[in-house]
Amino acid sequence: MSIRTIRAKYATRPAPVQAACACLRVDTVVYRYPHFELGPATFEARPGELVALVGPNGSGKTTLLEVASGHLKPSQGFVSLDGDDLHRLPPATRARRVGLARQDTPLLFPFTVREFIRHGRHPHLRGRLFEASEDEEWVQWALEQASLTRLAGRRVTEISGGEFQRAVLARTLAQRPRLLLLDEPTANLDIRYQIEILALLRRLSATEGLIVVLVTHELNLAGEMADRILLLEDGRVVRQGPPEEVMRADELSRVFNTRVAVDRNPSSGRPRITWVTSAPDAAGLRRSQQG
Amino acid sequence: MSLPATRRNVLIVVAGLTLLLMLATLAALAFGSVHLSLEEVLSGLNGSDAASRAVIIVRELRLPRVLLAGLVGAALAVSGTVLQALLRNPLADPYVLGISSGAALGEITALWLGGLWAAAAPLMAFGGAMATMTWVYLLGRRRGRLASYTLLLAGVITASFLSAVILFVLTLLSTRDVRGTAFWLMGDLSVVTNARVGILAPAILAAIVGLYALAKHLNVLLLGDSEAAHLGVPVAGVETAVFVLASLLTGLAVSVSGAIGYLGLLVPHVGRMLVGSDHRLLLPTAALGGASVLILSDTLARTVVAPLELPVGAVTAVAGAPVFIYLLRRTGP
Repeated sequence: MSIRTIRAKYATRPAPVQAACACLRVDTVVYRYPHFELGPATFEARPGELVALVGPNGSGKTTLLEVASGHLKPSQGFVSLDGDDLHRLPPATRARRVGLARQDTPLLFPFTVREFIRHGRHPHLRGRLFEASEDEEWVQWALEQASLTRLAGRRVTEISGGEFQRAVLARTLAQRPRLLLLDEPTANLDIRYQIEILALLRRLSATEGLIVVLVTHELNLAGEMADRILLLEDGRVVRQGPPEEVMRADELSRVFNTRVAVDRNPSSGRPRITWVTSAPDAAGLRRSQQG
Repeated sequence: MSLPATRRNVLIVVAGLTLLLMLATLAALAFGSVHLSLEEVLSGLNGSDAASRAVIIVRELRLPRVLLAGLVGAALAVSGTVLQALLRNPLADPYVLGISSGAALGEITALWLGGLWAAAAPLMAFGGAMATMTWVYLLGRRRGRLASYTLLLAGVITASFLSAVILFVLTLLSTRDVRGTAFWLMGDLSVVTNARVGILAPAILAAIVGLYALAKHLNVLLLGDSEAAHLGVPVAGVETAVFVLASLLTGLAVSVSGAIGYLGLLVPHVGRMLVGSDHRLLLPTAALGGASVLILSDTLARTVVAPLELPVGAVTAVAGAPVFIYLLRRTGP
């Protein structure tokens, strides 16, 4: 299945903007570290949409993601999901609505993959001590979505880095959240799984009404799969919009402090970044900067 | 082996280990400086003639001691299990946070002061344990939370300091007292009264039940603090509750029987090898397993060189290490 047919199959129209929208709304948030300040940042993400946060290292992408998750409390501004202020929700309620797949998940005890994913059902246990059959069904569903059924009984200490990353994603999927936040979900994956995971996220976003926001270094994957891209620089959102608008060679070269060229993916027509390495072919550069 | 923690599996495991506990109890009641047959043990338990030999030996001499061993074994094993989770450290045991050193200091101070103080030694020991718990808690807090490494460091430093103070006090005691204390520091289940068992039983059982209610949170805590918070676990509250209950269990155990070593470290690991890391299965396994192990160890301590008694802590160490090595090589981590 080519990327083009995947996108065409699951393309949706964004919902109309309302006062209390069925969406994630990040409104003028500011978060201060001792040596770094993020914001003010504002953006919206709607069901059926895949929003990508991109930018150089240290530009605040992960911080923005953690603020959007309700975990870090901004010093200004607010974050609301379907009208509810995420920072006012009790942690357990928030955990039922927001799933965050982090990049640096620690690996401490030798759980099996299935046990590891089962932890994702914890927010849904509420007063119960044990998982119900419904919980086990969702765990099985998450295993299938992440293509991990073959490894369900293997210990997490015995699988590869990429497989572990898919397990972290599966655990977040098992939470059945409304808002799915992912920090570098494809960092350790080979190209087949990169495409597969992003296709999975697009499919879930369309069919289950998930709101998906992800941080990625893979500019080309973002360009290919995202509906909207936020470009961050030094803690500020310098541009947001569809990939065609955001992925421009002059701006990206400035923000990333390296020379890049942007052309089109011949099969999908989406913007595609390439490095400029040797003595530039002037005509070629001019063509790409117009394209 | 890793069993899924379903209600059914928990019941199966509890039933199986309870059977083991019953067998251990019967063995402990039968063996000693006087060997009793099974019929005599049962008649001793059920008999109405208070003067009969079986009743005296079983009900008045051995049963309270067996109950104490069961309670202390369960308390230490459960405490070790949850501390290994709380500190994210498989080498943690109930004494790593200095609780037992505090109890020992309380007891030794009571003996040194003599008289009425000496009679209330277990209370002084428990007081020492709780004071140490409070001290380590305040020392180990970082930004309102019990960060596992600062807590561990605080405990280790406190334990070292208290050990030095204990040695200092020991030099001030007479030689006779020193010998008795040294034996106590290795674990001694011989001083047992029905009153002690009566006070200990509800406290230890309540603490274990309280920790079981936190079992599902403990599982998620093993994923890491931030992960647990993202999954809705009230991390600070759970950590404090676990710390307090584990310290309570250790304090209660050590106050009456001294620092019996190896049990709180060994039983959780064997439990994990048998049933996995899910605390909904592991905690009952540790409690029942720890009780059985200490009952059997104490029986050995009483019978191996009868009429002399070995310190039970020596038996747990000597008997436990080879078993652990065997299981380690067979099953793997």
